[in-house]
Amino acid sequence: MNIHEYQGKEILRKYGVSVPKGSVAFSPEEAVKVAKELGSNVTVVKAQIHAGGRGKAGGVKIAKNLDEVRTYAKELLGKILVTHQTGPEGKEVKRLYIEEGSDIKKEYYLSFVLDRATSRVTLMGSEEGGMDIEEVAETNPEKIFKEVIDPVTGLLPYQARRMAFNMNIPAKLVNKAAKLMLGLYNAFVDKDASILEINPLVVTGNDDVVALDAKFNFDGNALYRHKDIVELRDFDEEDPKEIEASKYDLSYISLDGNIGCMVNGAGLAMATMDTISYYGGQPANFLDVGGGATTEKVTEAFKIILSDPNVKGIFVNIFGGIMKCDIIAEGVIVAAKQVGLNVPLVVRLEGTNVDRGKELLNASGLNIVAADSMADGAQKIVELVG
Amino acid sequence: MGVYINADTKVIVQGITGETALFHTKQMLEYGTKIVAGVTPGKGGQTVEGVPVFNTVQDAVNETGANVSVIYVPAPFAADAIIEAVDAELDLTICITEHIPVLDMVKVKRYMEGKKTRLVGPNCPGVITADECKIGIMPGYIHTKGHVGVVSRSGTLTYEAVHQLSQAGIGQTTAVGIGGDPVNGTNFIDVLSEFNNDPETYAVVMIGEIGGTAEEEAAEWIKANMTKPVVGFIGGQTAPPGKRMGHAGAIISGGKGTASEKIKAMNEAGIEVAPTPSVIGETLIKVLKEKGLYEKCKTH
Repeated sequence: MNIHEYQGKEILRKYGVSVPKGSVAFSPEEAVKVAKELGSNVTVVKAQIHAGGRGKAGGVKIAKNLDEVRTYAKELLGKILVTHQTGPEGKEVKRLYIEEGSDIKKEYYLSFVLDRATSRVTLMGSEEGGMDIEEVAETNPEKIFKEVIDPVTGLLPYQARRMAFNMNIPAKLVNKAAKLMLGLYNAFVDKDASILEINPLVVTGNDDVVALDAKFNFDGNALYRHKDIVELRDFDEEDPKEIEASKYDLSYISLDGNIGCMVNGAGLAMATMDTISYYGGQPANFLDVGGGATTEKVTEAFKIILSDPNVKGIFVNIFGGIMKCDIIAEGVIVAAKQVGLNVPLVVRLEGTNVDRGKELLNASGLNIVAADSMADGAQKIVELVG
Repeated sequence: MGVYINADTKVIVQGITGETALFHTKQMLEYGTKIVAGVTPGKGGQTVEGVPVFNTVQDAVNETGANVSVIYVPAPFAADAIIEAVDAELDLTICITEHIPVLDMVKVKRYMEGKKTRLVGPNCPGVITADECKIGIMPGYIHTKGHVGVVSRSGTLTYEAVHQLSQAGIGQTTAVGIGGDPVNGTNFIDVLSEFNNDPETYAVVMIGEIGGTAEEEAAEWIKANMTKPVVGFIGGQTAPPGKRMGHAGAIISGGKGTASEKIKAMNEAGIEVAPTPSVIGETLIKVLKEKGLYEKCKTH
């Protein structure tokens, strides 16, 4: 789960990480009010969307007075920002972050991520701040430093200092930078983050070390123990069908095609998309109904697929293990009867309780095309959709 | 024979009184798995499906001599269950549970360093040695005894591959689902090296998916060490970057973890990669014929 920059900075403040003063604004009036309270010489007006690359896309403006704050706020609110992370359709700006300007002397990069190779949280840092870290990794890999963190001890002060020295932070500010890194690590672990990226971290004219941006991503599997984080979720930033799916614990992702897919298991769901594409079709979604699906969940999954106007046909591909085929069959039947099925439906069932599942479908009176295998089903649905 | 588990394996079911665990305990017993104990704290002394229930894993080990456990405990308590199995010094614990917070697994993995127990999973279908022992949630009937080892990051895609093999008359030694989480106990290389040393296994099917670099590392290892043919498949060839495809580990991020990179690394290591999941079986048969192993692997 992602949150906005201003929400991330509020979390960081609680961990003693120094961030510029600022507040969220939903209207030009609020923006001016916040700027007035800040009373700084320069005010930064920042578009709040769940995507990076806002600066380059014109989503960050420097205002020298309150009139400029108002003008920029008006300009940004409601604007569709297209960055390298939003996709070509872009994202509408609905919130602004109004922040005091910082006297930036130099920009750095810092992040905490989970490193799969070591199964540890890893601190990454570079003196090449403000840039895309992937770019730095390609052009100047020797400028990226890593500290692997033992979960027993947490990030150690010497590791944080070593990082600060490696990043060429001025010697007199190394302790300040190390303290900031320790605060970031505590926030990362306490809140079960999966990514915490500070790009840029800056050294200011008055010798402060400040997190000028904050990008948090949280582990969805740990949200049950972080009610405070769940409250920060911004539904405007998410696909409505994905929101609906998450209510039923379904793993759903919208795609651009016209063949709706309902599959059990993430690997098989991906493979089903691959197979549909292989036979010349285009999947409309990724949907994993999961292991513990009930008839109700399957019904909802079916409704979500059908709520996508692009869907011209549905392929249900189930290989039951923990999931039982008869549960899927019941769900398909209930959903088809409730919402009315007016697109072709191909069903392939295999695995636990497969005979019972096939019996139910046959007896349902629904117009279902049965498939013997994943390839057979994919070919059939591609043909039916045309 | 096979790897990790066989007809002599004595199994504890952790969380046996839960609905899912009960269903699969029945299925495992029907398959012939020696389930000697269950564990649910507070329900010690009961019996379910003829299996005695204990309050702790240690009690179950002391009373029954079990050496392997399977975990169906809900995600918030699963890390604790794994550590309990490790402290009882089991040979192997297989964690089926999905949605375990990743930082819990980071701690578990750290705790397991230097300990005796091997962990398979979490978020995996389990391990099955055909006709001998089934531990997990896979449908037993698709497996037939033979000479091909299967290792996979995905559950249902493993069933798909095994089903194709069995239908084509190619039996299996052991199928190991290592799970779709970014931090897991057993990786491709662990399983590949077991298969490499197993005299009954003549060839291996390896099924990966987008995200991380486990497949690339396995390909390197295969190139340097593997004496048996390996056939592969990578799921998620058409997945868009930045979208997490269900599994916590299946995401293309920062241009890393794409299917094409993995397929390239596997091809370079001499692994034949099936273009679609439907032809995993065909691809293996082709390779077996090339290597003169087809007749030895054909079981019916």
